[in-house]
Parts: sequence; C-alpha cells; structure tokens
Amino acid sequence: MVVHSDVVCPFCGCLCDDLEVTVEGDEIVGVKNACAISRSKFMNHGENRLQEPAIDGKKASLEKAIEEAAGILADAKRPLVYGLSSTDCGAIGRAVELAEVLGGVVDNTSSVCHGPTILALQQVGESKTTLGEVKNRADLVVFWGSNPTESHLRHLIRYSAMPKGMYVPEGRKGRYIVAVDVRTTRMERVADEFVKVDQGGDFELLLVLRAAVRGVKIKAESVSGVPRETIMELVRRMKGAKMGIIFFGLGLTQSDGRHMNIDAAVGLVTELNHHTKFLLTPMRGHYNVAGANSVTTWQTGYPYAVDFARGYPRYNPGEYTSVDLLAKEEADAAIVIASDPAATFPAEAVRHLAKIPVVTLDQKVTPTTMLSRVAIPVATAGVEAEGTAYRMDGVALRLSKVVEPEDGLLSDEAVLEAIIERVRALKGEVG
Amino acid sequence: MMGDLIVKGGYVYDPLNGVKGDKMDVFLSGGKVVEEVKGRDAKTVDASGKVVMAGGVDIHSHIAGSKINIGRLLRPEDHRKDVVPRTRYTRSGVGYSCPSTFVTGYRYAQMGYTSVMEAAMPPLGARHVHEELNDIPIIDKAGFTLLGNNHFTLKYVKEGDMEGLKAFVAWMLWATRGYAVKIVNPGGVENWKWGRNVGGLDDLVYNYEVSPRQIVTSLARANEELGLPHTIHLHCNNLGVPGNYETTIETLEAVKGIKAAEGREANVHIVHAQFNALDGENWMNVKSGASKLAKYVNANENVTLDLGQVIFTDTTTMTGDGPWQFRLHNMTGNKWVNSDVEMEAGAGVVPYTFKKDNPANAIQWAIGLELALLVYDPWRVYMTTDHPNGGPMIYYPKVISWLMSRKARTDTMLELNKSVMRRTTLANIYREYDFNELATVTRAATAKALGMDHKGHLGTGADADVSVYDIDPSTWRPSMYKELEKAFAKAAYTIKGGEVVVKDGEVVATPLGATHWVKSEVPEALETELMKDLEADFRDYYTINLANYPVEDAYLPTGRPMTAEGRWR
Repeated sequence: MVVHSDVVCPFCGCLCDDLEVTVEGDEIVGVKNACAISRSKFMNHGENRLQEPAIDGKKASLEKAIEEAAGILADAKRPLVYGLSSTDCGAIGRAVELAEVLGGVVDNTSSVCHGPTILALQQVGESKTTLGEVKNRADLVVFWGSNPTESHLRHLIRYSAMPKGMYVPEGRKGRYIVAVDVRTTRMERVADEFVKVDQGGDFELLLVLRAAVRGVKIKAESVSGVPRETIMELVRRMKGAKMGIIFFGLGLTQSDGRHMNIDAAVGLVTELNHHTKFLLTPMRGHYNVAGANSVTTWQTGYPYAVDFARGYPRYNPGEYTSVDLLAKEEADAAIVIASDPAATFPAEAVRHLAKIPVVTLDQKVTPTTMLSRVAIPVATAGVEAEGTAYRMDGVALRLSKVVEPEDGLLSDEAVLEAIIERVRALKGEVG
Repeated sequence: MMGDLIVKGGYVYDPLNGVKGDKMDVFLSGGKVVEEVKGRDAKTVDASGKVVMAGGVDIHSHIAGSKINIGRLLRPEDHRKDVVPRTRYTRSGVGYSCPSTFVTGYRYAQMGYTSVMEAAMPPLGARHVHEELNDIPIIDKAGFTLLGNNHFTLKYVKEGDMEGLKAFVAWMLWATRGYAVKIVNPGGVENWKWGRNVGGLDDLVYNYEVSPRQIVTSLARANEELGLPHTIHLHCNNLGVPGNYETTIETLEAVKGIKAAEGREANVHIVHAQFNALDGENWMNVKSGASKLAKYVNANENVTLDLGQVIFTDTTTMTGDGPWQFRLHNMTGNKWVNSDVEMEAGAGVVPYTFKKDNPANAIQWAIGLELALLVYDPWRVYMTTDHPNGGPMIYYPKVISWLMSRKARTDTMLELNKSVMRRTTLANIYREYDFNELATVTRAATAKALGMDHKGHLGTGADADVSVYDIDPSTWRPSMYKELEKAFAKAAYTIKGGEVVVKDGEVVATPLGATHWVKSEVPEALETELMKDLEADFRDYYTINLANYPVEDAYLPTGRPMTAEGRWR
C-alpha cells in the first residue's frame, strides 16, 4: 500500500493540493481531504473507460487510429482543434502546434464559459489576486452569479469564507459575505446577505453601484429589483472594507450583456480602489481552463479562438469560436481533446459535429466519442499521467501520477505528438 | 555532434580580453571557444569586413511569466500590427511589445543576443516562468526571484535575523530555480495589498514595522555574504515620481558600506535607472536628474545600472510595482491589470505610448541617453529598454545608433518637444560610443555584472555564442547611423553554442538554450530552523502546501546551475 500526499486534484479550478491518495497495487482505494466530486473522480477513474482505439466504432490498433486521425485532419480544409481545459499544459501546447501545422483553428472551452471575462479584460483590464490574499486579508467577499456550494465545493472552506488568515484570524466571523444571484441558491444559507437581482439586471446594478461609490445620488427606489437602501448599504460596506473581493461566475458571463457585465464589474472594482483595496477574480470551472488560456496566449498571443489559416495566429471570438465554426457549418473536421462538446454545445453546433469526421481523445465513453470517426483512449492527466495545471487564479501546480495507466495507454500529449508527426509526413514536411 | 566552426577574418571586439577591433579568427568547438580547431572538416563563417562580438547578454527584460503573459492577453491590438508567419524552421506567433515566446527567442537571436534575463519572477509563479522559458528557443535564460516584499524577508528583517534571511534567500533561489535577488519597490508592494504605498526610504511597512531602507540593506548584505554571482537587482522606491533621483541616491548611500562579495566591487544594480532619475516637483515641471545621478555613480564604484531607455512608440508597461501601475492608469486612463501574489509580490500592466510632443516623455528619452553618456565607465552602465516598459526590445538597434552617433541623437531631438533642450543636458553631450564600448554595454559588462564567466567574451573556454554584424568599422562614421541600425537589427550570423542559428538575419536553427540558476548550500542547522518556520507559515497563510511549492526538476530540461559559496556565522 502506498499513500501519496500533497496530491493536486484534477477536477475544478480550485486545484486543491492537499489530497491524500491511497493506492494498493494498481488500484486507488482511498482519497482523503477531497470533496465528493474529487473523490468520485479518483475512485471511479476506472469506470466507463474507453476500452480501445476505434475507427467507425470498430476496434483498431493505436497506430491505425493515429494514421486515420492524421489523414482526416490533413485532408480537411478547415479543421478545428477543441477542448483542452481538462488536460495538462503539455497537451495544450501540442494542440496549438497541431492547429498551426494544419492551418486550422484552436479553441478551448473558455469560449463557452469565461470567454466574455477575457473580452472584458481586453477592453478595460482587471484587478485580481491569487487566492491567498483573500484568505489573509479579505473582510468582504461577494459572490456574483456564482454558487461555489455546488460548483467549487472547497472554495469557501479553503480560500474565501472559512479559513483563518493572517489578518482575518477569526475566519468566517471576520468576513462579511454577500451573494448576488437571480434566484435563491444554497449560497443564501452561507452568506450574511443574499441580494436577489432581476434576471438580466446585473449590468444596471453594477453601474449604479459604481455611480454610488463615486458619490452620485441614487434617486430610483430600486434598481434591477434591489431596493435603494440595500444598494447604499452595500456601497457603504464596500468602501469601508479593509480588503474586498468579487468572485463571479457564469451567472455574469453567460447571461444577457455578457462581457459588458464583466466590464461593469471591473469598473466598479477600479472605482473602489480609490477608496480601499478591492479585487475581483473569475470562478474558473475546469481544473486547467486557466492553463489552456495561459499556454495558448504565450504561444500565439491570444487565449482562445485562434485561427492559423494564414500561417500566423489571428483571433476573433464569434468567428473562430467552436460553436460558431460548427453552427455555420464551416469546420469540415475536428479533433476534440478532453472535452465533450456533443453533450454541452447548442443543438445546431452538435448537429454539424455529427456530420463531419471527428477525432476524439478521451478517457471515458462520452456522447462525443460515440459520434466520432476515430476515438483514442488516453491516460487521465493528474491520475495516470504527470503534467502542469493552472489554478483559477493563475498559480501553476504539478499534477501527479498516482497509478500506472493500462498497458499501451498514452497521455494526451504523446498521442498529439504522434498525430503531429504523421500530419507533417502527409503534408510532405520532414521533422 | 556539432562540427567545428571558424569565424574568419572579422573585426573582433572582445573588451573582456582587451581585443579592440583586431582582425582575427575565432575558433569554436564542442560548444566552446577554443585556441584552434584541427582537422579539415571545420566549417567557416566568413566575417571579413564585418564586426564580430560575443553574443549579446541582456541583463534586464520581461520575457516569461504571468506579467508578460497578462500583457499578451491584454493587448490583441498590439499583436495585430506585427504578425509572424511560420516558416520551415520556425513557429508562428506575434511580435511587438508583448511577443509570443517563440518569437521572443527568434527576435533576440536575430539581433545577435544569446542570453536574456527575465527580471521579475514571483516565487509562487516560478513554475509558470519556467514553463514559458522552456518555450523560448535559442537563447540562454535566467529568472530573478522577487524577494523585496516577501513575508519571510520582512519577518527576518524585522527580527534582525541575518542568518535566517540568508538561509531563506538561498533556499528560495533553489525553490524557484532563480539566478538573482530582485527587489521591487521594497515595502511599497506589501503596503499596496492594503491599497497604499511607501513614499520614501524610512516609511514603514504596515504590520511589519520595517522600512525600505532596512529591507534593501539587509537583502544586499545577505546577497553579498552568500557570494551570489550578481548583486541585488533593485527597482527603487518612488519610481515615476518627479524628484525621485534623490530617493535613488539615498538608497545607494544606504548600501554603500556593505562589503561586496569576493571578486567584484559592485554591491547594487539599479534597474531601468531612467525611471528613477527624475528631477522637479511634478509632471508639469519635471526635468532630468540624470547628471546628478551620473555624478554619484561616477564617484561610487559599488553601483551599476541599466538604462530603461525610452522609445517613442506604443508599448506595454509591466512591473512588480503594483501601486505605480495604478498611478499610471489614473494618469493615462488606459486599461489596467493588477495582479497580487499572496505573501510575496504583486504586479501591474498598463499600455502606454511615449510621444515625441509630450514634454515629460521627451525628457525621459533624454535621461536614458544622458545616463549612458555621463557615466564614464561603460562597465557600469548597461543598455536596456527594460523591455517592454521603455519600449520593445526590437528597437535596440535604434538605441545603439543614439549611443554611437550624436547626429542620430540630434536628428531625433529636433522632432521632440523643446523641453528636451531646456530641461536636460543631452544637447551638450558630444560623447559617442565606439564599437568597443558598445560591446561592453551590451555583452561584456552585463555578463561580468551577472557573474557569468563563460558569457560576454570570446576567450578560450567561453561559450561559443558569437554574433557577426554586417558593418565595416574601418569605414563607418557616426553620420552613417542608419546603416548601423540596419546591421544591428539583423545579424549577419548569430552562433549559439557553436551552432549557426541566424544567417543573413533569418533564423535557421532553433535549439533550446540553457536556464541558469544559482545553487547555494545552507548549513544543516539553519536549514532545519528555516523549514520549521516555512512549514508553520505555509500551513497558516499560503493556499498551497510547502511540498508543492519548489519547482520540480521536470521544469528544467536544460538547467545549468552555478554554485555560490556563502559566508555563514
């Protein structure tokens, strides 16, 4: 029996690094410190596995599958490389390279989650921090359009609500927690104050808060369903905080207004910095979506939706984003790595995905592997393969390998490397 | 195995070995400079009529890690004006002020640079820095570890525990695989965590009750007693505040008496000094403080500095100095990213355009050149633009022309706001660098200041990093500065580790260069004490476990450690 300590969890953007995983032989028999989802990921990593490489649903050798995959991609006019947020950075770098060699498009899941956050950042910036600053200093924590009790199970415990920090020795009692959402969630029980905002009213509320911070008199009785007294009290708390932070989720990025909502939130935080220290940080979902943005940015200059059709990277969300490329029936082949767009994309996009040849690298059987021409099983990053992942706040951590993968199972990175090599050969480029 | 190489018949400038433009051959074998190569299969690089120097060594640049990557993320508009297609040998990418990693390596190599220092590595972000360094091809690299606002630094300084501080610094260089001690606005960045700053050397850091003066002098002493190859690498307090040359001199006075490590006189390096040599009371009446700072530097051998030269263009400022970046955002209204790092550091990024008709910008431009020309000893003043803060590094050839040609300076000055005539001394300076001085401020002196004995020269045993520039020094005159610019923009040849990587200005090979870091042994008893301290505070205040903090070997596929021998009590 071997106990691996300080293991990093490869599930959500919290990237908790204090797991204890117990292994007997090749089997994980126990996980300590993990949340329910994380435990399930480790304990059940062997379930529902993609058994062997397959072409058109028929068993094939890995070599054949890679050959077929490379052929599909090399023949395509507008190939799409998509996914990447639940694998390690090595694989992400290779995916970018593959897209470049193909003259195709590389995109990651942020185009359907926090893409608008990045658009806002590109307009106005962002005042952010690593999570330890929140733990050590924040006495006011706002969750806006985000429900960590169901999405990031240990966020409140490790970083934002409960922990005793250097200047918040009382822990939970030393913090005032506000949750803003369009409907009641379990955050109502966790927070000191729950503010219910009208559906679609976030932008207006944020702007009014900013104006009030600036000293503008608010005459309206209520804004977006929130009474003036509540607004003024919140403004008083924000300006009076020693250090405050807003964590925001898809409630803000994927509702009406999208990047303009974040633009307004950034504006509010910037305004507050004239009075006290105030920050905001997006609640990134997949454990390495921040890494997908980071690697793609350092290699190409852009975080997602990158097109190489002209031989150099171009960026245009709305045009080179996966949902758009598929819904407009532009992509004529796709390779999906560590993601399940068939289950999560809008129907129009999935319909087109089902029509074109798709190559999928995954550990498990998913709707996407089922509609794929080529499906290649891979080792699970962070369980069966090492690598790097970036926490929601940009802190890079080392993923561990706690068990050996099944014989013949390669990492995402290794499979992508092999595909790149074959594509190069097919295109007449040597090494 | 790479074949032997002879760089034949060029005018060689190798100031560390006293070679000043002699016509001679340089022999390369096994990745090193050698006395001679035997055998007939050695390849030849024809350098006749050309300038030959050791590969350039940039002592201060921002090329890898969260800060530059925020810059890249923040500025699609910057990328769109400078796109780089893929070629047979090279990856695609973007350039200008926030180049992608691959392009960073190519562009430096194209200018004949073969070693570049990443000047600000937050320890918690070290793994990220190394990931990017591994994606920067060709050049050798190193990261400087940010320690001036670190919790443990402040704690040991407060307790007056010098041995504890030394043990911590040595451990951190290992944990982050860093090369030098970087200090940014000491104390100010910690106060910024509360939205404040420090205004001078004797202001106090909240809760720790220590002053910037104590932080700088303690770290400088620790640095010298550890015998680290480079001095402290210091971004002074009050950056960008008119009148700050006084703070800079006061800081230098504070470290003056500290005994330098064996083998060098310097005990402090002032980074991007241009930003810290302002005179006047505010941005309306700002004037150059360069002559006063230069006078001080001339009289005190313990000081080295780099320029942070301003270029008139749209660029992206990025520093570990969070409060300054907020100030710059308020001055310009430009978009602003702030990025705090728990327990240890912070950063800010703001786009900025240096304009010729802006009086303050014109003065800043002149200050950099005044410093370069008024500090007599080229071994102590180094060429940088603090890429990309003063301007993108692709403009180094422009800076070279200003240093070597008074006509180049005058031609630029005529286009500038008149303040440059009235509030700086630049128009009265006639000095022009020669090729030997240029080789000094761009490679020989920087390598020496970094303690990299194998870099910056062409003596036997040096790394086989060589650049060849297509300009004939026997016929060149300062009036021909445009030709100079052209020659230094695209090296005729750049050779890295004995391999030709650039030919006629184009990249032809992309080996991965080394990452240098410093290994400094800590006595066992001290290390035990330190680990106890680290374990306790990590458990209480950090959000990652201590075991997951040090950068693993996997991130240093080409690591090149250098050992430092410390003096311990």
